Parts: sequence; C-alpha cells; structure tokens
Amino acid sequence: MEFLIATAIGALTWAGIYLSLRGRTFPVVLGVTMLSYAINLFLFAIGRLKVGAPPIFSEEAATYTDPLPQALVLTAIVISFGMSALVVVLSLRTFLETGTDQVDGEPDPAIDPLDGDRDEWIKRRNAHRIDMLGETRP
Amino acid sequence: MSLSISDNLAASLIAAPIMLPSLAGTMALIFRRRRRMVAAGISIGSTALQVLIAVALLLRASQSDPTPYAMGDWPAPFGIVLVLDQLAAWMLLLTSVVGFAVATHAALTKLDRKGWNFHPIFQFQLLGINGAFLTGDLFNLFVFFEVLLIASYGLILHGQGARRLTSGVQYVVVNLTGSTLFLVGLGILYGVTGTLNMADMAARGAQLAQGDRGLFLAGGLVLIAVFALKAALLPLHLWLPRAYSSTAPAVAALFAIMTKVGAYSIIRTTPLIFGDVAEPILLPAALGTIALGFAGMLAARGLRDMAAFGLIGSTGTLLVAIALFDSDGLAAALYYLPHTTLAAAFLFLTVDLVVRWRGVEGDAIVPTPRFAGASLLAFLFLAGGVALAGLPPLSGFFGKLLILDAALVSPHAAWIWGVILVTSLIAVVALARAGSTVFWKHDETPELPEDREPPRLVQALPCLFLLALLVGLTVFAGPATRYTQGTAAQLLDTPLYLRSVLGTASPPSPAAQGDAP
Repeated sequence: MEFLIATAIGALTWAGIYLSLRGRTFPVVLGVTMLSYAINLFLFAIGRLKVGAPPIFSEEAATYTDPLPQALVLTAIVISFGMSALVVVLSLRTFLETGTDQVDGEPDPAIDPLDGDRDEWIKRRNAHRIDMLGETRP
Repeated sequence: MSLSISDNLAASLIAAPIMLPSLAGTMALIFRRRRRMVAAGISIGSTALQVLIAVALLLRASQSDPTPYAMGDWPAPFGIVLVLDQLAAWMLLLTSVVGFAVATHAALTKLDRKGWNFHPIFQFQLLGINGAFLTGDLFNLFVFFEVLLIASYGLILHGQGARRLTSGVQYVVVNLTGSTLFLVGLGILYGVTGTLNMADMAARGAQLAQGDRGLFLAGGLVLIAVFALKAALLPLHLWLPRAYSSTAPAVAALFAIMTKVGAYSIIRTTPLIFGDVAEPILLPAALGTIALGFAGMLAARGLRDMAAFGLIGSTGTLLVAIALFDSDGLAAALYYLPHTTLAAAFLFLTVDLVVRWRGVEGDAIVPTPRFAGASLLAFLFLAGGVALAGLPPLSGFFGKLLILDAALVSPHAAWIWGVILVTSLIAVVALARAGSTVFWKHDETPELPEDREPPRLVQALPCLFLLALLVGLTVFAGPATRYTQGTAAQLLDTPLYLRSVLGTASPPSPAAQGDAP
C-alpha cells in the first residue's frame, strides 16, 4: 500500500508541476488541481498508514489511526476547492476580457487561432455578453 | 469578582484584533450597495479602534512574558492558542496604522466606489494579517495565510481592467502553488514531530533522533521557501512587480504589509523551531534581492513599477538583517521593518495621488505640463524617496545604520556593507531622476484646459499621517530601539516562550504519536 500511495502522490505531483508550468490557463488550472490532490493524499499519509483502524484515541482501542491529519485534509480540501473555483472563474474572465488564454494575456501568433482577428473577437464577445445578460446595451 | 471579570476582558483583548475586523467586515457587507458612506465609516472606525487595541496590547506585551490565549479554553499543545508577545504586538500596531491610512485614503479618493465590496474585503484582509501575527499554531498560520490571500485576490482585482486580470491570474496561481508547498512542509513537520503547535514543535524538534532531524530540517526549509515567496526573496520575486504595479496603488500600499508577513513568519519560526539552518541560503538571496530591487527602480518607466521594485529592495535589506539571526541583527530588523513598510505604503499612496491629480500620462516618468497640487506632491515624493532610500533625516537612515552595525560581526560583513551602500546610492539616483522628471521638468506643450475639477487637498491627509509616523519613528528612535532590543531578546529566549505557552519546559507525553513504530 505504501508503494501505491507513494507512486500516486509522485505521479500527481509530477503531472501537476508539469502542467502548472505551461503557458496557458487551462493546463495551469488542471495542474494546480492535481497538485492539491497530491497534497491531500500526502496529508492523509503523514499520520502513518493503517488499514481498518478507527480514527479515535481511546485507552481501550488496540490500535487507531491518527485523526488529526484527516481533520487537516478536510480543511485543506475546502480551501483548495474554493481556490480552484476562483482560479477557474478568474481565467475564464481573463479569456473573455483579453481574447486569449495565454497566462500573460498576449496572444501567441504561432498557436493562437484568434491571431489577427482580435478586434473581431472582442466585438463578438461583446455581442455574446449582451445575449447572456438578456438586455441590450449601447 | 470584578477583578476576575476585568482580568478576563484583558485576556480576551488578545483575540480582539481577529474578532473586530471580522465583525466590521460583515457589517460593512450590509451597506455595500447603498449608503456606502456608512460602510466606509465602519471600515475606518474599525481600523482606528484596531490602532487603540494594538497600542494597549503593545503596552501589555512590553511588560510581560509571551501570553497565550487558549481558544475555547483548551490547553496549549492540544487546543489552538493565540500568543501575544512583543513581536506580535509590534506587527499588529504596524498593520493597524497602515490599515487606517489606506482605508481613509480609499474612502477619500473614492476607490471604494469602483466595485461593491471594497470595505468588507479590506476588513477580511486585516483579519487574515492580524491572525497570522497572533497565532501560535502552524496550521492556523496556514489558514490565516489563506484568509489574507483570498481577500488579497479580491483587492488586487478591485476596479477591473484587462491588465489587472492577467496579472491577477498570475498572482493567484503563484500563491496557490505557494499554499500547496506550505502544506507539504506542514505535512513533513507533522509527520516527524506529531504536533502543529509552534512551541510544542520546538520542544519536540530539539529531542528528535538524528535520522528524523534531517527530515525535520527539510520540512523547515520548505516552509522557509514559502515564506520567502511571500516576502519576494530573490528567485521567488517574479510575481511581485507586475501584480503590485497593475493593481490600485492604495491596495499596493496595504500589500506592503504582505511581504512583511513572510518576513515575520521567518522571524517567528526560524529561531524558535529550526535554528539557523537557513542562514547560508537566506543571506546571499537577500543580498541579491536588494541589488535586483534597486536596479529595477533604475529601470522602471512608471512610478508604480518603481515603488514596487523599491518594496522588493527594502524587503531584501530587511531580510539581510534577519539572516544574521543574532540579537543585534533582529533588533535592527525589527526597527527597520516598520520603517520600510510605512515608507513603501507612503510612496504608493503618493503615487496614487500623482496618477489622480496629474491629468495626463498617469504615472509614467515623463515630463508633463504643470498641474495643480504639484508642489505638495513633489514634497511628498521627496520625503518618500528619502525614506525609501534610507537617507537622513528620516528613520530609514537609523535603520540601515543599525543593520550595518549589526553586520560587523558577520564573516560576510564586507559583502553586506558593499551591497547596502552601493544600492542605496542607486536608489537615490533612481528616485532623483524620477522626481526631477515628473515634478521639475515641464514640456513645452500648453497647459491643460482647466475644466477638470481641482484636486482635493484633503486626499493627501493619509499620506501626511504616514509621513508623521515616519517622523515619529525617527524622533522616538531611542524608545523604539529599546523596544526592539527587548523583542529580539525575547525571541531568542526559546525556553521562555515554551514555558509561557506550554506551561512547562518539557513536552507532554507524545499521545498523537503513540502508534508510531
């Protein structure tokens, strides 16, 4: 089990670091999410791995797992989930605002399909925004 | 009976810097759309009250040993404690005065009307910062870091704009990665010591077997790397200039505290828990940070960039003093810390006024036609430049003198002296060039048509308040240095901290690790 957990944490961390070093927001968001999964698994493991033992401390219990890491993981999950939601919304907003999902906000002519049509894109985006709001604006 | 009630109240005052902003933030939330004057009043009133509370806590901390406050009355290693000591009180006072100036500035310049939620987010930001300074528990330090980061995401995006959004995405991603690393460090430390309370961890860390010691120090170094990221130390500084220069300058003024939260965490955890393990890395990195920050000032094309790079450079100077890890170095650092925070906040607020009053060209360092209020701004900018570069007569001069004096005993004294002196000169050159271009030179274009409303001089009051504090720090340098020397002595007296927080000098039986093989 130790091997499996360690491999899982390592693979998730590796993928997370690789993706979060990319230049576009979608892979970065995925990478940060994977990193936080890896961390949650890691936090589970820091109280030592035990199978079938209750997470309580009692004088009678023959064996038990450390309950504190599970409480920590709970807090960490809440925080990282909220953060992921925030970064998703933020990158979506940046995409709508700048017309590209490059993290620096500058379209890359080599790979960006919107190259050259940026003004048209912003026009289309504005029209779309009006549709979404269900009202017309000057 | 009445004595015990007043005792209880006095003890509860330790929790007030956390309770008050959360209450004020929630109350300001009610008035976010209509009656914004009420929200602004609540926000300013709350920060003013925090100044008073911080003064009371400072007086109390200077007379006693570190005082724990057990949340929910659970004793220290098991429950969560807040710890008030001289360092925490010093940082709380600094936060509250900067918070007061920034809240007033935002209300006077109507920055808080560019979005709906400025005042609530601002109060929650103060909640996170105050909590980080008070907590005696590493996991709670993480939680308060998250609170202040979430609020800072809101503040950094306040006022919208594409540039602000792209730099905001970078800022969020960098800090998310930092938070993840924070948890890695915490996980390692908990796995090794079985505790998260700082005092308990210090006691148990000292008793670790040789094999576990390496893992313990590795966890400590990961944590210090995270704190260095928050403090924008050399290889980890890349996020700061763009984030701070594309946000509203008043918000950046508050963020001058945020780099100090990183520095504070290094001061708090390193001498107590890890010893001087980080010194060989911290010192060169800090020297490089100074060089890079002040060189960046020279290269900056806008006043906001310039202030952001100045913040990096002065934080580097602070970290040099911290990296000495002796009594004199810490005392000098703790005197320089409020100075550099106030100076950076002051410069950011001044730049905000320049952007607002100048009419054209914003904060770009180019000559423009003369504008109303320029002479007052020129005076403020001069004072800010003097403060940031550390020239006499303001307190930065004493701060740098103390740091240089403390560095004499270090084997790297020549490097420290050389870097600090040369970079101070570079900073002076950069500030003089910017100031003379913006305020002195005037291009030949005709003056602006005077249909703009004239600048309201009342907007400069928060700036003048910060300037008065800088002057005060200079005039009362004697009492202030005596206080910081006491603080440094208290920080290095680890047994005293353990005794005060845990009640005993020895750790309790390792219940949480009872199942370790």
